[in-house]
Amino acid sequence: MSILGTRVVRTEDALFLTRGATYTDDLVDDRLTGALHATFVRSQVAHGRVLAVDASAAREADGVVAVYTAEDVDLVPIPPGRPMVPPAMTRPWFAGDTVRFVGDLIAVVLTEERYQGEDAAELVSVDIEPLPAVVTTADALADEVLVFPEAGTNLMAAFGEPAPADFFDGCEVVVRQAVVNQRVAPVPLETRAAAAAWGEDGRVTIFCSNQGAQQAKAQIAGWLGLDPAVVHLVTPDVGGGFGAKIGADPEFALVAWLARQTGRPVTWVESRSENLVGMLHGRGQDQVVAIGGRRDGTVQAYSLVVDQDCGAYPRLGPVLPRLTVLMAPAVYAFPKVHAQARAVATNTTPIGAYRGAGRPEATAAVERAVDLFAAEIGMDPAEVRRKNLLPAFSEPHTTATGAVYDSGDYAAALDKVLAAGGYGELRAEQARRRERGDVRQLGIGLSVYVEITGADNGLGAGESAGMEVHPDGTATVLTGTSPHGQGHATAWAMIASEQTGIPVDRITVVHGDTDLIPRGAGTMGSRSLQQGGVAVHRAATELVELARQRAAEQLEADPADLEFDLGSAALGVRGTPGTGVTLAQLAEQEPLLVRTRFDAGGPTFPFGAHLVVVEVDTESGKAEVLRVVTVDDAGTIVNPLLAEGQRHGGIAQGVAQALLEEVRYDADGNPQTSTLADYPFVSATELPSFELVDMATPTPMNPLGAKGIGESGTIGSTPAVHNAVIDAVAHLGVRHIDMPTTPMKVWRAVQQAQQEGTH
Amino acid sequence: MQVSMTVNGRQRSDDVEPRLLLAHYLRDVVGLKATNIGCDTTSCGACTVIVDGLSVKSCTLLAAQAEGARVTTLEGLAGPDGELHPMQRAFREEHGLQCGFCTPGMVLAAIGVLADNPDPSDREVREGLEGNLCRCTGYHNIVRAVQSAARSGPAAGQVPQGPEAAR
Ligand code: FES
Ligand code: FES
Repeated sequence: MSILGTRVVRTEDALFLTRGATYTDDLVDDRLTGALHATFVRSQVAHGRVLAVDASAAREADGVVAVYTAEDVDLVPIPPGRPMVPPAMTRPWFAGDTVRFVGDLIAVVLTEERYQGEDAAELVSVDIEPLPAVVTTADALADEVLVFPEAGTNLMAAFGEPAPADFFDGCEVVVRQAVVNQRVAPVPLETRAAAAAWGEDGRVTIFCSNQGAQQAKAQIAGWLGLDPAVVHLVTPDVGGGFGAKIGADPEFALVAWLARQTGRPVTWVESRSENLVGMLHGRGQDQVVAIGGRRDGTVQAYSLVVDQDCGAYPRLGPVLPRLTVLMAPAVYAFPKVHAQARAVATNTTPIGAYRGAGRPEATAAVERAVDLFAAEIGMDPAEVRRKNLLPAFSEPHTTATGAVYDSGDYAAALDKVLAAGGYGELRAEQARRRERGDVRQLGIGLSVYVEITGADNGLGAGESAGMEVHPDGTATVLTGTSPHGQGHATAWAMIASEQTGIPVDRITVVHGDTDLIPRGAGTMGSRSLQQGGVAVHRAATELVELARQRAAEQLEADPADLEFDLGSAALGVRGTPGTGVTLAQLAEQEPLLVRTRFDAGGPTFPFGAHLVVVEVDTESGKAEVLRVVTVDDAGTIVNPLLAEGQRHGGIAQGVAQALLEEVRYDADGNPQTSTLADYPFVSATELPSFELVDMATPTPMNPLGAKGIGESGTIGSTPAVHNAVIDAVAHLGVRHIDMPTTPMKVWRAVQQAQQEGTH
Repeated sequence: MQVSMTVNGRQRSDDVEPRLLLAHYLRDVVGLKATNIGCDTTSCGACTVIVDGLSVKSCTLLAAQAEGARVTTLEGLAGPDGELHPMQRAFREEHGLQCGFCTPGMVLAAIGVLADNPDPSDREVREGLEGNLCRCTGYHNIVRAVQSAARSGPAAGQVPQGPEAAR
């Protein structure tokens, strides 16, 4: 039986559970002996003119080796790096004239000891004249205060035109709603960290916490004007990323630059408070949905307008709404779909990718719209969905916005989740509670989703893999992906084992070292298995072929007459027992290794349906999630244990956004959630155990049949929870509540609906 | 100042800054890097260790406050022959960790949960681990791991005494 599809426990855990993983701040490396500690000084003001930065007291403090401010840095400011963004929107390394968000870099202090850095950083005196801050997308679109006056606008990018005036003509019912997809903080448990050391050979080794060493290296080399050949980037174990650790951050490059300036190794690890303002945030869209159709439940037209908050500097912000627009048609056969987006600069922390990155926002919008439409016409939301879903397809389907879905059966996913959840009985229980006027009302929320994974598939980069068998019979797999919790060490070993017969525990998977693996695209956008895993599959296949050629020469046989025996990892002449030569023996004579690459024909489109049950206390407004039932179809599953883990984590982050988490700013752009005591990070008590239902529709896009699974849970669960909370109080007259559906917001919505109801 | 304590069964004595946190002492002075630091507001539990039989967030204590204490970190859980503690084994079998950053603290806090309640319900495990944050697992498999460890017997709620100070 193939090892693929089985629940192999992780090989990495033996170490993770006994000595702990080795994150950047855990490194014990000769190159870092005697390293200086970097502590950044950041702006406490959202928008302002820098009048003076005085580091003289800090320079005299205990243990301080150097302090650098804007005037000490001669590096070229960081360009936007996106063709659609006005070139004037550059980021200085340290703010010299203007600070643009609370967290903007002003100076760095280098000290002998860790604790000395915090003391000295406080001695850097910064004089800032505050300017009015651009905090919301509405502020930004007004273009009255400009984040970059030289650009003449706050607009970073725009996609599409407004919908034509007659777009909803002929619809019996049209519902419009402004919907907030709030800004959230990714909060990987490991904050950002970097360390760098220059060698006598003129090369720099940079260790940093990231999701793809090769991309991080290219960025750092580009920013610092270094020949990429002198940069060796190493990714130690990484304590979570969720999109926020894609590529390099300016701080990483500064650590490398400072190491050269001082001639000493430099390390940096940020505090959580620094992380919550300094690391990229996610989401941050203000949307307007409009949906029109007939009273029989047929939707005829759907439109979406997105205003994306990009924060103070362009990172992935200007690109995210493109994915939202692309996925606007979702799982539906709506005859007309229109989507338009604008992306703007504000005086807030820059926005980047966060689990789903642009696609959860599309699903949240349409799934809310469908529920609003269902409520308006008084039809069961499951019924409205069923009526409008695309029929099952196994040939590619092209949507109104140009996405090419590979395969899907959305109605089957919906039916499965309704059956597993016991939908009819849930509605009956809800009716009983409504009838009785219970304080604790039941809410049932649905979502059906499709998402794009491996969006870079087919664009040429692909993913690299290598495999080498050693004379002792062990093997090494090299991958360009960059696991940070996903379990690639196990999954890639399973894939290699299936082809070569080498046991999983004798295969070491290596990633995140640009000297060993010069090419790689990393782990993001649910791409790793369908690109990197398949590349490993190809490497293992090619390795067996190479072995076959060598064995044929040695055995003086026709390669076609050789049979590969998985049990012994040996090649022998068919029908002649005892003639075999093992991969290990071949490796003894001459290194047995291959390097290869795989690029899928195109992206894949996992889909599924979620059903969520909540209980809402109508007196306090508090919502409790009782059940989360999910169908997540990601094609063929290599390791169900790992796939389920991805679903669990994804679901939790969706529940968190729908119910709790939000990055908040006051009117002056001061963050209100800059510590973990203030940011309502979801804990174990706020979640139930999850009920997962299996469904697997293989994709034709790669030989493993696998689609992405990393983000599905989040994409499906966010709107299902959101819809459930509103459903719980819908009978009281509530139509919509924005996320996060906190007790206060739910309570207010109920009060308001009741007041309106009595007038 | 001088502090003395027993870490994973080994007696030690070190000269430290009075303000040094126990978490930094364990990581930077003792060199035990499994204990992680995930916040600066005592919110995340990544730094949880066991001090005199109780699970404690090691960023809430100064090293000096642990004077004379017996401290157990993740590195002190497995047997001398490498045999995993029942909680470690359960986390592995139930896939209770992904990135691993919350894991050392989570495993030790989970042992603390079972020390108080050897047969906790799903809800009781969740309440017991409320102070330990995990961003990767959605807690689902962590809860399963703790319950599976509980089923394996009373050792799951105990810390080994470790090799006696060979000083
Ligand atoms: S480091 Fe977060 S609680 Fe100790
Ligand atoms: S496993 Fe990553 S934070 Fe828990």
